[in-house]
Amino acid sequence: MRSISMERVEQTRQAMLDTVKSATLTHEQKVAAMANLADSLLEVLDYPEGLEDMLFVPFEKQLICDLNEGHAPLRPRYIVPDYEKFMREGSAFLQLPPPKDIWEAVNYLLIFYKHVPSVTNFPVYIGNIDYLLDPFIKDEQEAKKAIRLFLLQIDRTILDSFCHANIGPKATRAGYLILELEKELEQAVPNLTLKYEEGVTQDDFALAAVEASLHSAKPSFANHKMFTSELGEDYVIASCYNGLLLGGGSYTLSRLLLGHIAERAENIEDFKNRVLPQVMETMAAYMDARIRFIVEESGFFENNFLAKEGFIYRDRFSAMYGLVGMAECVNTLMKKEGKTCRFGASEEADRLGVEIMDIIDAFNRKHKNIYCGATGNSFLLHAQVGLASDTGSSPGCRIPIGEEPESFPEHLRHCEKFHKYFPSGIGDIFPIDTTVHKNPEYVLDIVKGAFKNQVRYLSFYEKDSDVVRITGYLVKRSEMEKLKAGQNVLQDTTALGLGGTENGHLLERKVR
Amino acid sequence: MKKALVNKIIPFSCVDGPGNRTAVFLQGCNFSCQYCHNPETITVCENCGECVAYCKTGALTFTAGKMSYDSSRCVLCDACIRHCRKLSSPRTELLSAQETMERVRRNMPYIRGITVSGGECTRQAEYLKELLRLAKAEGLHTLLDSNGSYAFREDEELLDLCDGVMLDVKEADVQLHKELTGCDNQQVLDNLVFLAEKKKLHEVRTVVMAEHFRAENTILCTGKLLKSYLSEQNIRYKIIKYRSVGVREPYRSRLVPPSDEMLERLGKLAEDIGFKEIIII
Repeated sequence: MRSISMERVEQTRQAMLDTVKSATLTHEQKVAAMANLADSLLEVLDYPEGLEDMLFVPFEKQLICDLNEGHAPLRPRYIVPDYEKFMREGSAFLQLPPPKDIWEAVNYLLIFYKHVPSVTNFPVYIGNIDYLLDPFIKDEQEAKKAIRLFLLQIDRTILDSFCHANIGPKATRAGYLILELEKELEQAVPNLTLKYEEGVTQDDFALAAVEASLHSAKPSFANHKMFTSELGEDYVIASCYNGLLLGGGSYTLSRLLLGHIAERAENIEDFKNRVLPQVMETMAAYMDARIRFIVEESGFFENNFLAKEGFIYRDRFSAMYGLVGMAECVNTLMKKEGKTCRFGASEEADRLGVEIMDIIDAFNRKHKNIYCGATGNSFLLHAQVGLASDTGSSPGCRIPIGEEPESFPEHLRHCEKFHKYFPSGIGDIFPIDTTVHKNPEYVLDIVKGAFKNQVRYLSFYEKDSDVVRITGYLVKRSEMEKLKAGQNVLQDTTALGLGGTENGHLLERKVR
Repeated sequence: MKKALVNKIIPFSCVDGPGNRTAVFLQGCNFSCQYCHNPETITVCENCGECVAYCKTGALTFTAGKMSYDSSRCVLCDACIRHCRKLSSPRTELLSAQETMERVRRNMPYIRGITVSGGECTRQAEYLKELLRLAKAEGLHTLLDSNGSYAFREDEELLDLCDGVMLDVKEADVQLHKELTGCDNQQVLDNLVFLAEKKKLHEVRTVVMAEHFRAENTILCTGKLLKSYLSEQNIRYKIIKYRSVGVREPYRSRLVPPSDEMLERLGKLAEDIGFKEIIII
């Protein structure tokens, strides 16, 4: 382990003391922040050459961002346990037999969730909960009560809305109950995705999902056919909207700050041929170093019960190669060429965006990591949604808020161009006017059309609803108001949401 | 091929029939309803050229006795319409069915169908049939939004090409219908029954105001005429709240929106008559 300066130690100590004294952080949030600060004192990773100037600099100068993963990863970033196995076999470590009824099923799952680590210390995937619970439904009223308490406990104890549940693709009684309850409860946690495929998912179930999403901003819709063709049947949607393998997950996620990278280039050719390849190479090497440490040194896969009992397998893990700020990247490059055309508004600008994606995609296919065997030894591309602290950087390949095309079809055509590149996640979000409440088929038709045209993931919310989708995760407007007024709030994502709405104008999306 | 005067095309519409549809609005209507919220679609531009002077962006030009309109320069300020002596919109395009279908295709596969509305779409029947034929060939569902003044009984071809009609029954009483629209309602009521018999009556619509007209009676009469069809078909009744947006004077000052209680009561009435699906909007 490399040594560090006393100056850095002192800075960290001050930050720890500030954390202890913070008026707005809850106890859990303080504990998590303290752990991150302690971790920041370690120096164990083999940094590739050039990384420091790209990563360890103020945000405006950063070209790469590692999304607060810390200096010595003690677990993979995202973990996706096989909960079906747990329901079938129970767990020796947790001293739980397989559940026999609905009450045991929800209780045992809640116990399990407490033991699923992640970068946020909360589980980012809690199962295809309809399929998990459906076999235990005997009496519908009783099941509804059990599932209501289950969802309530998740919202009040998993204090982070990167926690994601899946339902579908087929309708089940449990699926209907979950949608009904989510509509009633209007909670931010868990995030929820319906795996949807026309012809596989019943229309009636999909319409119930649309109605729920227009009340409580969830579920979102994942293109089941597309994900299956890339990741196989055993995929899940975790965290924001990340496609990952069941029984695996993602070791790490770093992101290219494309807008900042473009600033460093002289023109488009210089960006494509010199600047971008250099940064891509460095970020991939950095991710390789993180993965090597997790697999070879951290001891996670040897010692954690999830791996020991076969709820996860090392060889089902991959890593997410992220990017953010495509819009700013294209606009900056166009400006350098003396052009005013803008991403999302001009065909020429969009074409450049697609060319850049082709370059990143080709690089990613060529770069190999032996610990990502489950995905052909390649990382999975991920359109990262941004951090609350980001300024002047749009999520992934999204059109900046305020510049969305007047026409909804044009906006969707834009999604079609970019969604195909990102098996580990990209998504677009559309607030919908209330008139649609009376026509949920309108939204379903859009989902059907979009999924035929290679759109991967769509979210909708009613423009005035309390629960709103920030970038990928959900937050309640009422909770953001409380936090703004200086009160404690339960979920840590509320603070992220508040930052996002203030820096990213996320409540000003074009209403459709 | 006959071209039609098109007022506008809405690429995605969630209020013109089931699901997501492209709605094509044709210019020109033979009714002149007091509560019409887009009265600029009633009369056809006569190319007088007077409005050009009021167009601040140069979207309208007048050459050789003809108006022309460039939508890319238009900011939709409505100055042209406000200054038209006939309250007509010069912002129209003459399109063939083929050209219209080109625009519709841009929205596929996001839409399940098209709805042709107006104005009154049946006023340009040749174009309409060609457009519906092209849409059907693409597998799209086709609906018409009509004031019911067209003799559907005499146009089997049109009936075959459309999957359904959303029919306005504005007033059951003939005198009141005349007062409200300027025309009588014999043809409308004939169509009501005829379309139901042919299983092409997708929806009946009545706009409700607080006074002046008798929505209750209209709903009752509609129910009576459709009595024998309601048990075997799902004919939707859309009860529309009168809103003053876009309505002309003097009607705008005269007409009063109904209370929510009144709308609910009418909804209940429609339900009692036997309508299974009632939408109050």
